[in-house]
Amino acid sequence: MLTHILKALRGGPVTEDAPPASRDALEELGARLRTATQARLGRSLSIREVDAGSCNACELEVHALNNPVYDLERFGIRFVASPRHADVLLVTGPVSKNMREALHRTWDATPDPKWVVACGACAIDGGLFKDGYAVTGGVSEVVPVDLHIPGCPPRPVELLAGLLALLETSAGK
Amino acid sequence: MYFGEDPLFGLLRRIGKPVAGHRPWPRYATTAGGWRTMIEALGGNGWSLLGLWAEPGTVHAAIREDMAGDLAVVSLDCPDGTFPSLSAARPGAIRLERAIQDLFGLTAERLTDARPWLDHDRWGVRRPLSDKPAAPMPNPPPYTFLPVEGEGLHQVPVGPVHAGIIEPGHFRFTCNGETVVRLEEQLGWVHKGIEGLMRGKPVEDAAKLAARVSGDSTVAYSLAFAQAVESALGVAVPPRAVWLRALMAELERTANHLGDIGAVCNDAAFAFMLAELSRLRELVARTADACFGHRLMMDRVVPGGVAVDISEDGPARLLELVAELRRRFPPLVAIYENKASLQDRTVGTGVVSGSLVNRFGAGGHVGRASGRGLDARRTPSYAPYEDLEFEVPVRTEGDVNARVWIRICEVEQSLGLVEQIVKRMPGAPRNEKGERPLPRVPVEGPGGEGMALVESFRGEILVWVRVNPDGTIDRCHPRDPSWFQWPLLEAAIEGNIVADFPLCNKSFNCSYSGHDL
Repeated sequence: MLTHILKALRGGPVTEDAPPASRDALEELGARLRTATQARLGRSLSIREVDAGSCNACELEVHALNNPVYDLERFGIRFVASPRHADVLLVTGPVSKNMREALHRTWDATPDPKWVVACGACAIDGGLFKDGYAVTGGVSEVVPVDLHIPGCPPRPVELLAGLLALLETSAGK
Repeated sequence: MYFGEDPLFGLLRRIGKPVAGHRPWPRYATTAGGWRTMIEALGGNGWSLLGLWAEPGTVHAAIREDMAGDLAVVSLDCPDGTFPSLSAARPGAIRLERAIQDLFGLTAERLTDARPWLDHDRWGVRRPLSDKPAAPMPNPPPYTFLPVEGEGLHQVPVGPVHAGIIEPGHFRFTCNGETVVRLEEQLGWVHKGIEGLMRGKPVEDAAKLAARVSGDSTVAYSLAFAQAVESALGVAVPPRAVWLRALMAELERTANHLGDIGAVCNDAAFAFMLAELSRLRELVARTADACFGHRLMMDRVVPGGVAVDISEDGPARLLELVAELRRRFPPLVAIYENKASLQDRTVGTGVVSGSLVNRFGAGGHVGRASGRGLDARRTPSYAPYEDLEFEVPVRTEGDVNARVWIRICEVEQSLGLVEQIVKRMPGAPRNEKGERPLPRVPVEGPGGEGMALVESFRGEILVWVRVNPDGTIDRCHPRDPSWFQWPLLEAAIEGNIVADFPLCNKSFNCSYSGHDL
């Protein structure tokens, strides 16, 4: 294992450069957040991920954000275990009716100021599942959404771009 | 062969009449008496219950004679809304019967646990898939967990929203000090009504839903759905498509196993392995993206063939990937094997006995780590695996370590399979413009019923489908391997400490979405 670590140290970081902040996401945010008067958070953002009925593909790509190649933490963004520690709820899935209350309670438990990011095609409007008896049809049906990141699932780079846009706007850049 | 065992088809011919147009395996319609005879026969031999599902007024059970690989579906009309429960002979049927009751309003007689399962009283409708959906209950009682009595016991409720980036489910731990005395699962939180959404959809739209039953197994689900539809309609798929499908399936298996091994180590607080293995997983995802245009290869396998052929430089990239993983994976395995602090957490933790995996018919790494060496690629097998060389690893310890090792061995096997497929895949002649025609045929036919059994990284996925003559789906049932693995997690954690639950859970890695549908 030591040789492995030494080799890794010699090889330099595997982490790739950040993508430019997504233009669409920036514009959407701009409209929603320009009027927001909440105090700035600085360059540190804690995210609580909530699966509200996703097929778990979004989760795989959110996980990938934490791998050394994307290394989300270098931007001061990290995933936290409790909504009480979070600034952002990253919600995936069409919000199944069975998860509706749990999502709402998670949102209630998140301290202000807070943002909600709807991640993936289902989270935006229910996607393929929107006509079902068991789904509400998107995150905005249950809690107010500040940013939509489309994709099925969004690639890690698209997630990163969306989150960076959120970060830069919340930092008042 | 068990002594005195009744051959499956012998029994089915006695108790039922074959139904025309069910492929590739037969379906028999039986009576309540015949159904009871079948339950008795299940009690007396080692047949696997592969699935149990319903449609309005009818229940179906899929059964496999494991040694011979014979499969059949048995169907029972239940005009009075009841059918004899299989749960006494096959405890894996309990949750399936509870789900049938929630969705179709068909009641299993003498079901040992009649509480609702998927229905949390939130849909605004009861029995949504039955002929006569009912209004919701005005004041639904809260879900009752099993009673617990004893001195010094306390309960730890967890979920549905968990601490990590994982799917939602509720776990109710009853503990004595640090030791878990009992775990009770409550699932159904991500129920999206997929079976209902598929009804009446054209095949290609339903295929998109099938691809999203469980995102980590999207290739396997698409493959199972495509095979079932192709069987129902008698469609023959171009050979190149068959091989491309297997290629994608093995890439998916490799990616998921690499991720899981890293995640198990991370849950033992050994983050180094997660970092290293998630790099390898990323490498597989990127190669898949470069070859097929999607990191998870979602919607790439479609009924009739494949939606995209491999990119021009794909084969070379894949051979490079195999070489790279063969260089970088073994040193990590050696670290896993030689770190005492890691072994201390995984060896002997979360043991599932062989008799339990057989009783529940659990497949995948959960079954194979406890001596149940079944693999749908071998039994009943499907193309092109008859032409490929691979081993199905089996261990008998049944602990977290064994489940990790099954994954390690399967990564090695899958790499061998990817290499064989890339080298031996049938080509397709190019047309005068130098383009290769897409290996895909139209999905047409007079309608019919089809079934498929496909080995995902998690275990056997069963898909049963009935296609209408107009090419729409009448009824489709996808059964996730997790149905028969989730109940064993409750057994695995018993007597272990609470802190080992993440390890046990990750070593199973059951799908919530695939189970909840």
